[in-house]
Amino acid sequence: MNIKSQKDFFSGLMFMCVGVAFAWGASSYNIGNGARMGPGYFPLVLGVLLSVLGVVITFKALVVETVDGDKIGSFTWKPLVFIIAANLVFGAAIGGLPSIGLPPMGLIVGIVALTFISSNAGDEFNFKEVSILAFILAVMSYAAFILLLKLQFPVWPAFLTA
Amino acid sequence: MELFDNLALGFGVAFTLQNLMYAFIGCLLGTLIGVLPGIGPLATIAMLLPATYALPPVAALIMLAGIYYGAQYGGSTTAILVNLPGESSSVVTVIDGYQMARQGRAGPALAAAGLGSFFAGCVGTLILAAFAAPLTELAFKFGPAEYFSLMILGLVGAVVLASGSLIKAIAMIVLGLLLGMVGTDVNSGVARFSLDIAELTDGIGFIVIAMGVFGYGEIISNLSKHESEREVFVANVTGLWPTKEDFRNMIPAVLRGTILGSLLGILPGGGAVMAAFAAYTLEKKTKLRPGEVPFGKGNIRGVAAPESANNAGAQTSFIPLLTLGIPPNAVMALMVGAMTIHNIQPGPQVMTSNPELFWGLIASMWIGNLMLIILNLPLIGMWIKLLSVPYRWLYPSIVLFCAIGVYSTNNTTFDIWMVGIFGFIGYIFIKLGTEPAPLLLGFILGPMMEEYLRRALLLSRGDWSVFVTRPLSASLLAAAVVLLAVVLMPSVKSKREEAFVED
Repeated sequence: MNIKSQKDFFSGLMFMCVGVAFAWGASSYNIGNGARMGPGYFPLVLGVLLSVLGVVITFKALVVETVDGDKIGSFTWKPLVFIIAANLVFGAAIGGLPSIGLPPMGLIVGIVALTFISSNAGDEFNFKEVSILAFILAVMSYAAFILLLKLQFPVWPAFLTA
Repeated sequence: MELFDNLALGFGVAFTLQNLMYAFIGCLLGTLIGVLPGIGPLATIAMLLPATYALPPVAALIMLAGIYYGAQYGGSTTAILVNLPGESSSVVTVIDGYQMARQGRAGPALAAAGLGSFFAGCVGTLILAAFAAPLTELAFKFGPAEYFSLMILGLVGAVVLASGSLIKAIAMIVLGLLLGMVGTDVNSGVARFSLDIAELTDGIGFIVIAMGVFGYGEIISNLSKHESEREVFVANVTGLWPTKEDFRNMIPAVLRGTILGSLLGILPGGGAVMAAFAAYTLEKKTKLRPGEVPFGKGNIRGVAAPESANNAGAQTSFIPLLTLGIPPNAVMALMVGAMTIHNIQPGPQVMTSNPELFWGLIASMWIGNLMLIILNLPLIGMWIKLLSVPYRWLYPSIVLFCAIGVYSTNNTTFDIWMVGIFGFIGYIFIKLGTEPAPLLLGFILGPMMEEYLRRALLLSRGDWSVFVTRPLSASLLAAAVVLLAVVLMPSVKSKREEAFVED
């Protein structure tokens, strides 16, 4: 059997899996009945509903003809990895990672790291340009978020301020 | 007249120097961020929400209203100048607005959008002031069953507006409802689906999902296109003001757009997007004057009508929020969040318990509109410069603002890890052609729906027929069924797909 719409086929599968997972999880809580619903009642109903929708979508993807097969296309890993990584490194810089003994490095270090890592996601990477961008962003963020909005951030590395 | 007494009270509250300033700052920030491609009112409010925590409640809401209008207008600016709809409601503005910009008539297009929005905003404010009270009366007749049915109607409305496959949109709503279930159940105290992670017992943060799925997901998918495909076009803006001929074409279009927008904005789930779309369709149906440019080739009516409609709709969409406490769309849901942070429970009681807040907010909406026009007409030249910032500088900044915004809401790095996960999920959604907007609405309504369903069935002792035997509830459900049936009708279905091809 041919897959007529790749996008629909896989999104259907995704809905099915998530639906089943939620329904299965819900069944471990008290279900109750209509008049006295337990914590599992509503999620169970929704989980089953989502799985059914997933089945219908997958079925349609196998039957209904589309023009070009609705290809998903290849995953572009480069932007995906660099954007997510930039975000995670920024988080680590702000909060530190106690599990590996990394102290909080603060906002400024975080901004510089985020800018450099995320800039790798694009087509070109120019060290000088990115440095300037990081500098501007750091100054602007400091002025806007710390001075003006007075948000509670560790600004500098913990070992310098402590 | 009570209406004028109330409005006077409102303007008394809003017309303090301090509040005017917050309205101005809100508009300015909103426009500034909203004009960035890909950042709509939703992300803008999410980002700037923490900035309003420290303000007194009235000032905070006034500023948020300013941000909302600013961001919405900023979105239209991007739509006209660079062919990028910054948000879903300016999707139709792109069609004729960008054509005008290419012909060097970006000035008149931007002015038409601004003036139309201002007029629509004034009318919307009056309607809001006049009908908020009677609608509140109605709200007191609402029991749990009615609320549940109303939410069903709202969710169906969201499905209707989603582009692409209907059934996938429904599935996304259900997925959103399920994500809303994560966290501690209010009735039993059981931590549901928390995977034994302490932070998850509070549920998943709305901002985390919004930023991850909309912000990061969008950036990643943008970057995966080749540079030439996303090239930004900056035209010479010659002459700011529309000609006499333009005005003659514009005015009836603005009037029609305003009426349509005000009506559709009140419906839950409808709001600005449907208003803009309907107004454009209506304009296309009316006859062209001799010598007028056809639609799709840079007709000024194609800009004025949808822009007025979406602003009028944005205004009246405050009605369900302020009177029923039900957010008609994701932006309003954020406003609910903001209100709760300031210890205001949105709903019919706001009007009686906090009259100065209620009427002050209404007055400040008008002020927000006024600020917009003061701010934007002279600044059009500047917005264009901001837009010429290359994407390779823009996206690291957006990633940074998202990360800072997420962290600052709860001051916890856990949210940053979560937004990373949702960024990945958002990219998958885009790849699979599933739309994230319905998911967000479902996520917001999930816990509320469960609560009202529980209460309704508790009162009826488990009898499901309560939803159809109570007249109000039955008519709401009937409206939902009719709406769904209309969309499923073959003729409308093909029209709808055609209309959303731009998306």
